[in-house]
Amino acid sequence: MLKELLPSLRMLIVMTLLTGLFYPALVTGVAQGLFPGKATGSLLQANGQVVGSALIGQPFSDPRHFWGRPSATAPMPYNAAASGGSNLGPLNPALAEAIETRITALKASDPTQKRPIPVDLVTASGSGLDPHISPDAALWQVPRVAGARNLSEAEVLLRVRKHTEGRAFGILGEPRVNVLALNLDLDNVDVR
Amino acid sequence: MNGNGYLQLVLYVSTLLLLSWPLGLFMARIYAGTLPKGVRWFSPVERATYRLCGIRTDEEMSWTRYAFAVLTFNLLGFLAVYALQRLQAVLPLNPQAMAAATPDLSFNTAVSFASNTNWQAYGGETTLSYLTQMLGLTVQNFVSAASGMAVLVALMRAFTRRESPGIGNFWVDMVRSTLYILLPLSILLSVALVGEGVVQSFSPYQSVTLLQPVEYDEPVNGADGQPLKDDKDQPITEKKIAKEQRIAIGPAASQVAIKQLGTNGGGFFNVNSSHPLENPTPWSNFLELLAILLIPAALCITFGRFVGDVRQGGAILAAMTIVFVVLLALCVGSEQRGNPLFDRLGLATSASDQAPGGNMEGKESRFGIVNSALWATATTAASNGSVNAMHDSFTPLGGLVPMWMMQLGEVIFGGVGSGLYGMIVFAIVGVFVSGLMIGRTPEYLGKKIEAFEMKMAAVAILTPCVAVLLGTALAVVSEAGVAGIANPGIHGFSEILYAFSSAGNNNGSAFGGLTVNTPFYNTLLGLAMLLARYWVIVPVLAIAGSLAAKKSIPPSAGTLPTHTPLFVILLIGTVIVVGALTFLPALALGPIVEHVQMVHGH
Repeated sequence: MLKELLPSLRMLIVMTLLTGLFYPALVTGVAQGLFPGKATGSLLQANGQVVGSALIGQPFSDPRHFWGRPSATAPMPYNAAASGGSNLGPLNPALAEAIETRITALKASDPTQKRPIPVDLVTASGSGLDPHISPDAALWQVPRVAGARNLSEAEVLLRVRKHTEGRAFGILGEPRVNVLALNLDLDNVDVR
Repeated sequence: MNGNGYLQLVLYVSTLLLLSWPLGLFMARIYAGTLPKGVRWFSPVERATYRLCGIRTDEEMSWTRYAFAVLTFNLLGFLAVYALQRLQAVLPLNPQAMAAATPDLSFNTAVSFASNTNWQAYGGETTLSYLTQMLGLTVQNFVSAASGMAVLVALMRAFTRRESPGIGNFWVDMVRSTLYILLPLSILLSVALVGEGVVQSFSPYQSVTLLQPVEYDEPVNGADGQPLKDDKDQPITEKKIAKEQRIAIGPAASQVAIKQLGTNGGGFFNVNSSHPLENPTPWSNFLELLAILLIPAALCITFGRFVGDVRQGGAILAAMTIVFVVLLALCVGSEQRGNPLFDRLGLATSASDQAPGGNMEGKESRFGIVNSALWATATTAASNGSVNAMHDSFTPLGGLVPMWMMQLGEVIFGGVGSGLYGMIVFAIVGVFVSGLMIGRTPEYLGKKIEAFEMKMAAVAILTPCVAVLLGTALAVVSEAGVAGIANPGIHGFSEILYAFSSAGNNNGSAFGGLTVNTPFYNTLLGLAMLLARYWVIVPVLAIAGSLAAKKSIPPSAGTLPTHTPLFVILLIGTVIVVGALTFLPALALGPIVEHVQMVHGH
């Protein structure tokens, strides 16, 4: 065992330099050169201020805004410095309770909306930072947002369509709506 | 599931199999020492490495020396990761001023990364400095994977040797795995991932203004820094309003690429690849998914080429693929059928082009049901352990699939290197059992399988089983073990069983509700990881040493062919029988009972 000690130590040092320093530094250099915006978090600027990330959701509860997926991060929802899911098991009474509370809140926000609520709108996302909801979950909220903003449903629907992404190459992933981008658009914030 | 779901699954499996062929042949050339053109310019680095480390490449190692080299190298890696975590507060590249990790957490994380498990008791963006992530975790991501590949190469080589005392040189096998396979693939993948939006930066965390400020309850800490509790043992909180969002970033892409390719799985962020900055789009998800199984699948082809008959590797790859597809169907089906609770509450749960439906608790909108269940199956088939959805919130049968995948011994693709050497051990047991049935001397690829190989194979197969079952049993009867449970009822038992299945097979994924960052779990799970890794590596190298020393016998009429569909069935049967006999009782107490409760509307 002692015979292998010195080569092991030297090998660990060489590998640390190669894979621990050279490799991340190389990738950072290439990344910052090719995709400077994406490499630092796809931040959105408006009027000289950073108003969010195109990839990170924000909490919304105002009826004028579309609401995103419930978030289980602590201590506040959509805490992007400490990601986390609810980890509630399927039979945990706390799961049923949380979902019932969310259903009640959604129904209260728009008593005229009689369509069943899409499941993704009342279940917590895996990261707690999910920037998207399903197109159905956006459609469900269109009448409320239109009413609160004194806009026609067609006008709001048009904005929803604008921020809907399809499957990659028509095959991969799920169609989805970016909630923050949609709300910024509705608020007429000019994002760069 | 709708038509698109099937299309995504078929596309994934066929792309994987198509790519494994050229990569497998490429790796066979690397290990044989005939470098393909594309990577020849790396060879000065290889030679310089040997010179700097004082290694003679032509020096043959006996299996014991090879094993000592693996163990010593991994031990030093363990010590380095431990030291980095304990000292990170005073070391550079720590913009968030992370404090030193506790001794038990540092032990657990160091074992976990040296043993290629990458169990996450740590919190990523809340626990570790950039320096620890790079010099500690990223380095071990490479070299622990390369160690596994080296052990496999030694075993493959043993089949080709005749009456030889040596099985090759560990340093050469390890360095070639890193330099020519893991490093180039990681560079390509990480740049592609940044192009999709994965972060790669040394800047500190970013602050953004929230469009709508949010009110929340902040826990109040006492003078000792511990959260205060009221007389009902509930934490005391005060109302606060957040106007800003702090977004954790860092050099993530470089680590994500190798954690996927090296079947490591330890995330840069706490929620691993469900984090939008670690896995932002369906395309990044597809690439990361491919990277999980690519090298383990391709190594089967490498094996076939090595022993001079690609069909031998094809048979093993076929056995792996069949088990994978069957369990994948069960997982996707269960998650898409979802939780009857959601239907009782009147939610819209069917899948369409406008909504994913199913069990969306703990899953991301961009991945939906199909990609989350596909990932869960792939990451546990391989000993990867990264996640893009929270397994703890899966339906009982959806959660049974990843659990049983790990319990099968991480041989359905398995870890890079470790998956295939585990499967070859099962193949040895398979030919031995069939040899007994037909009354012939068992042989595999021209080597007689005798008592010594069988003893070592038994140790390699049974050690992880013991680690899983004994660890679970200890945890459920001790107060410190039960204290970590998050979900009441049967699911709490499943959380513990999952944790030990994961550590005891070097996977690293978790039912994340279980509180594992405690001295009890950090220690016990750390020991399980050590057992599962090194009590398999040493017997496998012993088998390699013994096979290399044997004569090679030409196939005769009495030889059981090991490239036929019959052998594929035999191999699957061996894996399933061992996995089912050992774990069905435990699974029956956990996910199976929970499923019965769920369908009866408990």
